Amino acid sequence: MTEAMDAAPACRIECGSRASRLAGALVLLFLMAGASMPFWAEPASLRALAEFFYVLALAQMWNLLAGYGGMVSIGQQAFVGLGGYTLVVLGLHAGVNPFLAVPAGGIVAGLLALPAGCVLFRLRGAYFAIGTWVMAEVFRQVIANITAVGGGSGLSVTRAVATIPTWWRQSLTFWCALLLGGGATFLVYALLRSRYGLALTAVRDSEPASASLGVSVRKVKWFVYVISAVGCGMTGALIFITKLRISPDAAFSPDWSALMFFVVVIGGIGTIEGPIVGALLYFALREMLGGFGTWYLIALGILTVAVMLWAPKGIWGSLVSRYDLRLFPVQRRLRPVDDERDATPPAVITAAPCAGTLKA
Amino acid sequence: MEDWFNTLSQGLLLGGMYALFATGLSLSFGIMRLINVAHGDLIVLAAFAAIALVEPLAIGPIAALPIVMLLMAGFGYLLQRLFLNRTLGDDPLRPLLVTFGFSIIIQNVLLEVFSADMRGLDAGTIETASLPLGGDVAVGVYPLLVAATAVSVIGALQWLFYRTALGRTFRATSDDHRTAQLMGIDNRRVYALAMALASAVVAIAGVYLAIRTSVGPSDGPQRLLCAFEAVAIGGLGSLWGTLSGGMILGVAQAVGLKLDPGWGAVSGHLAFLLVVVLRPNGLFPKTRDR
Repeated sequence: MTEAMDAAPACRIECGSRASRLAGALVLLFLMAGASMPFWAEPASLRALAEFFYVLALAQMWNLLAGYGGMVSIGQQAFVGLGGYTLVVLGLHAGVNPFLAVPAGGIVAGLLALPAGCVLFRLRGAYFAIGTWVMAEVFRQVIANITAVGGGSGLSVTRAVATIPTWWRQSLTFWCALLLGGGATFLVYALLRSRYGLALTAVRDSEPASASLGVSVRKVKWFVYVISAVGCGMTGALIFITKLRISPDAAFSPDWSALMFFVVVIGGIGTIEGPIVGALLYFALREMLGGFGTWYLIALGILTVAVMLWAPKGIWGSLVSRYDLRLFPVQRRLRPVDDERDATPPAVITAAPCAGTLKA
Repeated sequence: MEDWFNTLSQGLLLGGMYALFATGLSLSFGIMRLINVAHGDLIVLAAFAAIALVEPLAIGPIAALPIVMLLMAGFGYLLQRLFLNRTLGDDPLRPLLVTFGFSIIIQNVLLEVFSADMRGLDAGTIETASLPLGGDVAVGVYPLLVAATAVSVIGALQWLFYRTALGRTFRATSDDHRTAQLMGIDNRRVYALAMALASAVVAIAGVYLAIRTSVGPSDGPQRLLCAFEAVAIGGLGSLWGTLSGGMILGVAQAVGLKLDPGWGAVSGHLAFLLVVVLRPNGLFPKTRDR
């Protein structure tokens, strides 16, 4: 071992590759082109793309929590719903611009994640998963009992949203969705390339081992949990700007969790590209099978079961393990400085994210 | 005073129903550490199986019960053997997501076959009969029957666990599946048998539920939450704990409902959260989470 170190003393830790730099540039270009879309695209395609981006934002937030943080939640709809009801309070009752509810929804969700986390972090594994669901139910039923926000039957937020001219409403919705979807992806990417990313994946793979290496397990978990809540809260507010009607059953529906599972699991959990692939596939399937109603949901259920049983890394994860393809590389590799074209593949020094070793 | 006694007895009897929901989950969680997210949907599936059988066979719900139990046991065995056994391991994500997928599948297949209508089973006059206990206090005969069934089912399972060879195998696998395997136990077969047993109990819960109230295809998740809360309050691996968990949940809901009609279900959830904050392992744990 020492001999090898002496023989090749000049090594550097590398986090990117040519493919990844190219992909990064392409994504930036794509996003900039996308931002100009409201000036030339059809409203229908704007709406469809906005939906794609907010689904991507939710998926990245769940992926960060479960795929990287190892905290499997079935209760992120709690924060989607809180974001939606922030829109009701700000837009309808306070009469401010409904788009201000997007950041405000994030703040409200983040603040309420603190007491929720205090309770939930006493639970582990499957207990944590169902506990998050119970928490979402508590929020749903409490809101259903408040008549000022429409009670159990909900209300329409059209009055708040209609104050904004149509073009601006469509464009702002699209830009917010683009920012949330692109921002969530970039945030997870930047976070994982930072030293917190190392701590995060270490905690996921083994809590005792990372604690023994000086990682503050509690701090890391809190950090991820609150970020995920803020992201879901902001997205929730935006979703109900587009839906125009809100009710506790729709806002706090476990269907939001189901959506996040489908997209992340089928695309590839614990990868940044996975949710993008999953969201594309989700919308393609919906285009093709959406007319068949329940059969379409049955197909999604079967697909989730099949992927989890026979390809637990999902589509992107399976591609990565076959072709070593990474567009958003987050793992560090040790490379000798002199010989770039070394015949032996570079050693990966942090375990590549994979679904096989999750622990909550 | 009599008012409160009525609330308490209603809560305890409702708890019997919850315990019946929870016993199957307690078995699968206790033995395999498998949180079956589709548990509630299996209860609803059993209810619909009974509803589908009663009319063409022209039998009562109680006569249909053994058939539904057999059907569900077979379904549970195959579910575990073919799918869920593949998800076992150190990663809690896979069983959760696979059973979540099954939950979506079962809900939507039921919706496709039976439509979204609420349906129930008719067991005759027993549903409305009540037993006066003097003064203004009375208890329903049917809730009493449900609670008695829950107690006898748990008693029978307790006997199976502590007095038979199969029960010993279950307990050994639950405590340490690796050592059990070294002793020549085929884990996959034990798990499939445990799931068959759990599903038979799920069948009882489903039929009793359909007699008590009407059920719809999307009712599963609410049943799952009740069942899970009862298991978590009672503690892992303890069936009597699950019964007491169900009772605590039932009483909390009845008391909440009495204080304000809108807060019944919430007070059940709050009771659960309170217990797990104070005692994360539940009140009477028999074994530990791995």
